[in-house]
Amino acid sequence: MSAIHLDSAVLAALQDVMGDEYPLLLDTYLADSEERLRLLRQALHEADAQSLRLAAHSFKGSCSNMGAPMLTALCKQLEEVGRRESLAEAPELIERIEREFAIVRILFKAERQRYRR
Amino acid sequence: MPARLSILIAEDNAADRMLLSTIVSRQGHRSLTASNGLEAVALFEQERPQLVLMDALMPLMDGFEAARRIKRMAGEELVPIIFLTSLTEGEALVRCLEAGGDDFLAKPYNRVILEAKINAMDRLRRLQDTVLQQRDLIAQHNEYLLNEQRVAKAVFDKVAHSGCLAAPNIRYLQSPYALFNGDLLLAAFKPSGGMHVLLGDFTGHGLPAAIGAMPLAEVFYGMTAKGYCLTEILREINAKLKRILPLGVFCCAALLNFSFQRRVVEVWNGGLPDGYLLRADGAERVPLVSRHLPLGVLEPAAFNDRYEVFPLQLGDRVFLLSDGVLEACNQQGELFGERRLQRVFSANRQPAQLFAEIQQALLNFRGELQDDVSLVEVSMVEEGSLNRGPLVFTGSGQNSPLDWSASFEFRGETLRRFNPLPFLLQLLLEVEGLRPQGGALYSVLAELYSNALEHGVLGLDSSLKRDAEGFAEYYLQRSTRLAELREGYVRFHLHLVPEAAGGRLIVRVEDSGSGFDGQAIVEQQLRVDRLCGRGLALVRQLSERCTWPEDGQGVSVEFSWSAGA
Repeated sequence: MSAIHLDSAVLAALQDVMGDEYPLLLDTYLADSEERLRLLRQALHEADAQSLRLAAHSFKGSCSNMGAPMLTALCKQLEEVGRRESLAEAPELIERIEREFAIVRILFKAERQRYRR
Repeated sequence: MPARLSILIAEDNAADRMLLSTIVSRQGHRSLTASNGLEAVALFEQERPQLVLMDALMPLMDGFEAARRIKRMAGEELVPIIFLTSLTEGEALVRCLEAGGDDFLAKPYNRVILEAKINAMDRLRRLQDTVLQQRDLIAQHNEYLLNEQRVAKAVFDKVAHSGCLAAPNIRYLQSPYALFNGDLLLAAFKPSGGMHVLLGDFTGHGLPAAIGAMPLAEVFYGMTAKGYCLTEILREINAKLKRILPLGVFCCAALLNFSFQRRVVEVWNGGLPDGYLLRADGAERVPLVSRHLPLGVLEPAAFNDRYEVFPLQLGDRVFLLSDGVLEACNQQGELFGERRLQRVFSANRQPAQLFAEIQQALLNFRGELQDDVSLVEVSMVEEGSLNRGPLVFTGSGQNSPLDWSASFEFRGETLRRFNPLPFLLQLLLEVEGLRPQGGALYSVLAELYSNALEHGVLGLDSSLKRDAEGFAEYYLQRSTRLAELREGYVRFHLHLVPEAAGGRLIVRVEDSGSGFDGQAIVEQQLRVDRLCGRGLALVRQLSERCTWPEDGQGVSVEFSWSAGA
């Protein structure tokens, strides 16, 4: 696992804290993230910089908690774009976020299966 | 491990919420979760958690508004709010603080830091709780104390106002709570129509300072009403206070004995600031200096009851003050002092304005009002111009004895120390018919006794009292001769006879002196001198009959009454 996508030390700590509920936390994160992505696209569609900023901010928070440093960094850039209201830079950033999330999701699914076994 | 807390977590992000909730539960607390500000406020109202973890940015109602509402609901209780945020801009952090946030927790969450923050906030919360409890306790105690003071004051006012402070020749100024500054002002009529006035200042403040006032007032009123004289009252008060008060608590006091008949005042001052004798014509200001230790300091045997006597003219005033006046302190730490007071006296034109002028001078000096000042001023007025109430008696007056005689002889030692008047008066006032004349009876007996003692037994020459110097000399000789007295006597023969419609009291007073021609003295005194001549004229005026037996030994007076009168 590449540390730039998922920080295994963070995952170990989460597993320690959550115990039996660790897989549930992963599921919750993935479901919540789908919702955040949907909100990001909607904000872009509506050209609503403030909503874009809030959604990026919230997504950034959970990504940092879940140990996804690359995704956290991209969300932070997008939050900044929203704050500056320079929406022109948003489509490319959102696309990169979606690509990165696709990787993170695969890694989390694997983590989940590894844990089950 | 601190106590189990109930902690509200408000966070719109489900994964973060779950993570926090689990961390908090694992640390032994109960967690309540909300996904937006509205839910958070509703949950707080319902569950009253002790601590809140609050995300700043949430839908429906953000964390700032929710925090403000929760703080408002919490009131005085401290409900710490820790903002969950990765906000890095200073402005946003300021908004958290303004909304009532107590701390921040940044993402990603670190459970060690979170635990430390929760513990710190819990300590703060409990500290605040303790402070509030103690504040309430103090408020409760204070209320209790004030209530006790109200009760004590109400009881004491009843005692204090049983006196004659309202008499028209007395002017005084005192804070209503002076008692709790230790200040005490008492005045009472003597059976003879004279007046005792006491200004006292107990050490300390509050209830300890007030507690001694009660026994003091009791002795003062009780003994004054029974006809005891100034020195006896002083001795009794001193002995009583010495016996009951703890070490270091005592009473600075001045006691005045006004005689309107004789137009003199006797002054004893123990520890109060100088009082003043203010002449009606404004000519002089005689200081009434403290010459004694305060009451309640000395053992009875060491107590000194020597007083000074001053002849007074109509309109002369005696002024006493507590040390609150002289010790008033301004912002530079200076004391008001004697000299400033003297200036107020000198500038005074209208006697009635004196108190107001002293207060104004204190106000100018300090910049604020002074509330522990006690002032009193007693004027010499015409005898009989004061409307005094009737004498108060204990006992129902039933079964009064009507047909008896008794003779008393008071000799040497006894004459030096003992005042037989209250004793005789108590006996005579057992006779109900004599009670309405109690004042006159006392005045006459007092006059006859002092005449027998001073002129008969001690051989003093009353013509000395023609001027102020001679007046002082007279009293000096009186105390010297009294101290040296070994022999001599004063006899009272009391003879009570029932009469058809009432009864009659015949009192004969004799002494061991060489005898005197009473009639001649009366005639001479009526002509000459007003300082000493008042005595026998008064006896004649107050008693029904006054005769001098042929042998020149003593004098006989009679009082009679009719039943139902």
